[in-house]
Amino acid sequence: MSASSDVGYHAQRQARWHYGEAAFWLVVLACGFLFPTRYLIMTDILRLALFAMSLDLILGYAGIVSLGHAAFFGVGAYAAGLLALHGIVNEPVLALVVAGLAAMVLGFATSFLVIRGVDLTRLMVTLGIALLLEALAERFSNITGGTDGLQGIEMQPILGEIPFDMFGKAGFFYSLAVLFVLFLFARRVVHSPFGLSLRAIKNNPLRAAAIGIPVNRRLIAIYTLAAFYAGIAGALFTQTTAIASLDVFAFERSADLMLVLVIGGTGYLYGGLIGAVLFRLLQEVFSTITPQYWQFWIGLVLVVIVLVGRQRLHRWMLYVPNLIIKQVAGRKAVVAVPESDS
Amino acid sequence: MTSILTNLFDGVAYGMLLFVLACGLAVTLGLMNFVNLAHGAFAMAGGYVCMVLVNRMGWPFFAALPLAFVSSAAIGIVLERTLYRHLYARSHLDQVLFTIGLTFMSVAAVDYIQGSSRVFINLPAALQGQFDLFGVGIGRYRLMIIVICGLLTIGLQMVLAKTRFGSRLRAAVDDPRAASGLGINVPQVFAFTFAFGCGLAGLGGALSAEILGLDPYFPLKFMIYFLIVVTVGGSSSITGPFLASLLLGIGDVAGKYYVPKMGPFVIYTMMIVILIWRPNGLFGRTAAR
Repeated sequence: MSASSDVGYHAQRQARWHYGEAAFWLVVLACGFLFPTRYLIMTDILRLALFAMSLDLILGYAGIVSLGHAAFFGVGAYAAGLLALHGIVNEPVLALVVAGLAAMVLGFATSFLVIRGVDLTRLMVTLGIALLLEALAERFSNITGGTDGLQGIEMQPILGEIPFDMFGKAGFFYSLAVLFVLFLFARRVVHSPFGLSLRAIKNNPLRAAAIGIPVNRRLIAIYTLAAFYAGIAGALFTQTTAIASLDVFAFERSADLMLVLVIGGTGYLYGGLIGAVLFRLLQEVFSTITPQYWQFWIGLVLVVIVLVGRQRLHRWMLYVPNLIIKQVAGRKAVVAVPESDS
Repeated sequence: MTSILTNLFDGVAYGMLLFVLACGLAVTLGLMNFVNLAHGAFAMAGGYVCMVLVNRMGWPFFAALPLAFVSSAAIGIVLERTLYRHLYARSHLDQVLFTIGLTFMSVAAVDYIQGSSRVFINLPAALQGQFDLFGVGIGRYRLMIIVICGLLTIGLQMVLAKTRFGSRLRAAVDDPRAASGLGINVPQVFAFTFAFGCGLAGLGGALSAEILGLDPYFPLKFMIYFLIVVTVGGSSSITGPFLASLLLGIGDVAGKYYVPKMGPFVIYTMMIVILIWRPNGLFGRTAAR
């Protein structure tokens, strides 16, 4: 077997659906029926998961470190809020797409700044853009409501049929559907030749360019797509909570997002989903211990994760599942083996 | 006319303060290529040490300033030896995560110990108020900042250019391998420089309580300013960050005075434009590697 068909074989094998993945989504769906009193927090986790998946697309697959991903989240959130508040687009699904597109336009415009320069410049530019948008949102308080945020948003029924209820049941299943559809699309994208070329760029941009991959164009494309995802996550935030305030742009949001992804692992799409669950659980635990100072423990988790080493940590976490699978099926676990990232 | 001069004066004082706060970061980020987002935490530590000494224990302000330097430098060297040095060779992502974690911890810890409200340091009467010099209002405190920071800058330049340690540092930065081949203890030089930079940040933190405001969110609020100084100024010498600090200080003060509604907008736009125009900084060659 020649080397090239070998690569194709492995890529196709990886792209195939595994039982574990189907089980994962069934468990998520089952949660919706098992815990009817916890819709609000579960919706929150789904939003965070979608947002983290968006960062995973650029960080895990293209290797772009961003400190300002909240910029797109915020644009999506405000766009959805304004659309609903002024009755421009009343139907939530359509408004969601429009808000995503708004973030996407911003992503496309700023991607040219981001692909220029190296890690450090990227950090600065992404951070700068998020801060800039926060300052703008504060400045144009006649549109955004300033520090009070957008208030009095009333959401119309989804697809004109299903109204948002006060327990958040509709919101949960709506978010889950959106997350699943976008996940399917992201899965398709990362396993396509396009996705493989992104990995090549991440591993070594110079070599990738040498074998004829248009590095900059690919990076612009994935950055724009990630911005769209983040915008949708932001729009979901506004639609399910009916508020949009300045903190959607906050640096802490971008930083927390990093933590989510680091807990879950980058580069296999489920990292964001698993990380979101673990992050919210951690946050819940810490804020019951110390309501005001949970940030300290979050910081400690970050420091420990980095010191222990992310890859080693994932090996430890997968030790038990791997052992069980080895005993039962005689092979290694297929789910959740994150790629080593630079 | 006089308002322009007063603004210029305030801007220079602000810029000099930023330089003292950020020049330690110029070394770690620009020279050692380590993304230290927790730099502001060291500044905050110095500021709080000074506040406790002056307000609670009744030390004179000028006696507390050196102690702010020493305590921040001590924290710096302990963290460098125990934690930071393991991360020099790691990816930027790891460094970012680690230092964000440290920043969060410092914010919450200070909030826990000292409360979340802004603190003020009791200044001696000699530093309060302002006097007129040819019709230009000169704040005494700001004048003191300009004097102290100016002396520090000259001192730093002298140390870097004239002393044996300065040449060692420059050698270690230019080519660590060759430098260690010549018998220079590169990790030691870096550790010492790191601690010194942290100490300067601590001193800057103590001085800035009056002007920038000192509260537990200090490291997060001013992180971007420190990063701007370093990335815009470059790091081939300390002149770059110095000029960048002055530019930033004057720009920020003038921006707030003449176009108050645009707020920080001016600064961020300036930074993005400069980074796009010259990714290695205005005056630098190796700032962004």
